[in-house]
Amino acid sequence: MSGLKINDISMRFDLPNGGSVQALKNVTLDIKKGELLSILGPSGCGKTTLLNIVAGFLAPTEGQTILNDKKVEGPSLERGMVFQQGALFEWMSVRKNVSFGPDMKGMPKAESKIIVDRLLDIVGLQEFKEKAVYELSGGMQQRVALARCLANDPDVILMDEPLGALDALTREKMQGLVLKLWKETGKTIILITHSVEEALLLGERLIVMAPRPGRIHKEYRLPFAELGVGKDLREVKKHKDFGKTREEILTMIWDMEEEIMGRTESAA
Amino acid sequence: MSILLIYIMIFLGCMIGYKLVSGFLTKEHDYTSLKTVTFGDESSVESNRPASIMSIIAIFFIWGSFTGSTIVPSFLHVPGAFTGEVSLPYEAKNDAGSTANGQINILVFPNGENPSVEPIDAGTGFAKSEAVKVQAYRSALISQSDLLPDGGAQITSIAGKPIAPGDEFSIDQGLVRMTDKGSIAFEPYKGWQMEPIWLPAPESVVTRFFDLAQNGYQNVTLWENLYWSLYRVLVGFFLGSIVGIPLGYAMGLNSWFRGWFDPIVEFMRPVPPLALIPLIIIWFGIWETGKISLLFLAALWIMVIAARAGVSGVRISKIHAAYSLGASKWQILKNVIVPNSLPDIFTGARVAMGVCWGTVVAAELVAAEKGAGKMIIAASKFQNTDIVLTGIILIGIIGYGIDIMMRVAEKYLIPWKGKG
Ligand SMILES: Nc1ncnc2c1ncn2[C@@H]1O[C@H](COP(=O)(O)OP(=O)(O)OP(=O)(O)O)[C@@H](O)[C@H]1O
Ligand SMILES: [Mg+2]
Repeated sequence: MSGLKINDISMRFDLPNGGSVQALKNVTLDIKKGELLSILGPSGCGKTTLLNIVAGFLAPTEGQTILNDKKVEGPSLERGMVFQQGALFEWMSVRKNVSFGPDMKGMPKAESKIIVDRLLDIVGLQEFKEKAVYELSGGMQQRVALARCLANDPDVILMDEPLGALDALTREKMQGLVLKLWKETGKTIILITHSVEEALLLGERLIVMAPRPGRIHKEYRLPFAELGVGKDLREVKKHKDFGKTREEILTMIWDMEEEIMGRTESAA
Repeated sequence: MSILLIYIMIFLGCMIGYKLVSGFLTKEHDYTSLKTVTFGDESSVESNRPASIMSIIAIFFIWGSFTGSTIVPSFLHVPGAFTGEVSLPYEAKNDAGSTANGQINILVFPNGENPSVEPIDAGTGFAKSEAVKVQAYRSALISQSDLLPDGGAQITSIAGKPIAPGDEFSIDQGLVRMTDKGSIAFEPYKGWQMEPIWLPAPESVVTRFFDLAQNGYQNVTLWENLYWSLYRVLVGFFLGSIVGIPLGYAMGLNSWFRGWFDPIVEFMRPVPPLALIPLIIIWFGIWETGKISLLFLAALWIMVIAARAGVSGVRISKIHAAYSLGASKWQILKNVIVPNSLPDIFTGARVAMGVCWGTVVAAELVAAEKGAGKMIIAASKFQNTDIVLTGIILIGIIGYGIDIMMRVAEKYLIPWKGKG
């Protein structure tokens, strides 16, 4: 069966002082091919840890990740990553960054050129092709990161707060772009965010995680991503369920944060 | 002391003068000039170009003024040493109680000249007249037996002033002293200017530079000397880099390498290369092998540390991204780690070049057949201060030139520096 299975994953970090942090506990997720999944949760609930495990950068203490019936053992090009910022190669031009994956595979220049040109058209950076990445704005840099990831044609795209460092306006535009790319390419996308609105807009399915130990708290199935494709996202936000769900999730996360605060206060 | 005071006065004078003058000039209205908080805001403190220019002029001014240089108008010279003629009439008394008058003519001539003395009629009395010459800054001694050859007589006054053995007095042109044995010593006034053997005038350094450029020194041309110094620096630096950079990479990438070499590197890093010279001489001798080994060691640790810092400085998300894009370890090394470490390596190379340049000159001072350091140490033995100064200035210019070249190269080769 094709798809991504996160199978009963637990992650415990042993600390140098002898203690340990249970970053994840018994997390199980079944993600269908082509699904758009957003993950939300208070800071420190293990979102990045989970994504790093799926990407293969970390081995979980228990459980396993299975992609297309194969166990994930390490990073590989069927699982692409988009980071918050600073993961582009500043010594390469925009074009070189995007063709990094194909180049590493040893793809002939003529072939990779077609891929790169098509992706730069999609993200709207054709005219910045030969520019150095540090000459680009933050939003443009994230578009390069998206294109670079897509150039390898991965099965799954993992995004850890990809739009977190952008201003509100650019962020909204980029959310539209992510939806467009999702629809056009049919990729499985897992997106971590701190913004409840973004999670609602960019998640067919939304997972709310709870901390200590990091676990899945609640799951939603949402219509907004489908509705938003190619539309003005501000219209989608006016949908009657949007506000309601947002309030519900915000309250949920608030309660979790409150609980953490209370716990640390009583500990002190 | 007086030089320091003059320097401080020039500094303050230029600063206040510039403030006054620039107050009348049209103000620039760039971003920095509009800042109201500047004290403590490092970014608003730019190097003041006119101040730098005035600083250089001030140095040449003081240098010229204290050496009586032609580049400074003569009314701005500090008082120089006396040159010219002094006449000292004297009176002597013999045992019989009779007196006689004689005269001492002293010609004080400037350094580098050698005039002939106009003879003077010795006179008829028992006190003879005498003409002598003496170079500026030296002192003349006129023995009693020349002035009073008959013996049994004593000089009682000079230039109208009574004098006895051991006495001394000043006149405008210098100091007159009678030794215990009755001879007359004259020390011409030395003034405030430096004797050329301590500090030659700027123009004589320039002249010497052209002389060295054409004729060399001790059968070695200037260019040969500089070439040898540069050659040693480049070879030592090159060897240090080709060993140091891979070692630094290995230390940044592998914990066994890091553990193994950390104690060595951390121990060797604070040892100044000059402190190794004695050991190097014992091991390799001081000739070419010794000097190159020394420079190799000087560059090695700096390059190791720079390469290690370059590897450690790579953002983990870049490495993760490269792995997720399907790069192998070698591809990551070549396409991510190496380019990412280049800024650090370049900074290290700049430091290493500076240290090597300083070390080579010092090593050549100890022993060498050719080289900038050898030239100045040989010249200093013969008190050819102008050659020493020329050499020091050239060493400074070359060191500065190397640094500027490295900076320009850095700008072109790694434009992404600090932009990550
Ligand atoms: N290398 C590590 N060593 C020890 N503890 C770690 C390590 N990495 C993460 N943790 C701990 O695991 C927990 C989860 O961290 P994680 O970075 O996954 O949180 P997050 O949900 O991504 O937070 P944020 O929203 O702030 O990015 C935290 O309590 C953190 O302190
Ligand atoms: Mg995180």
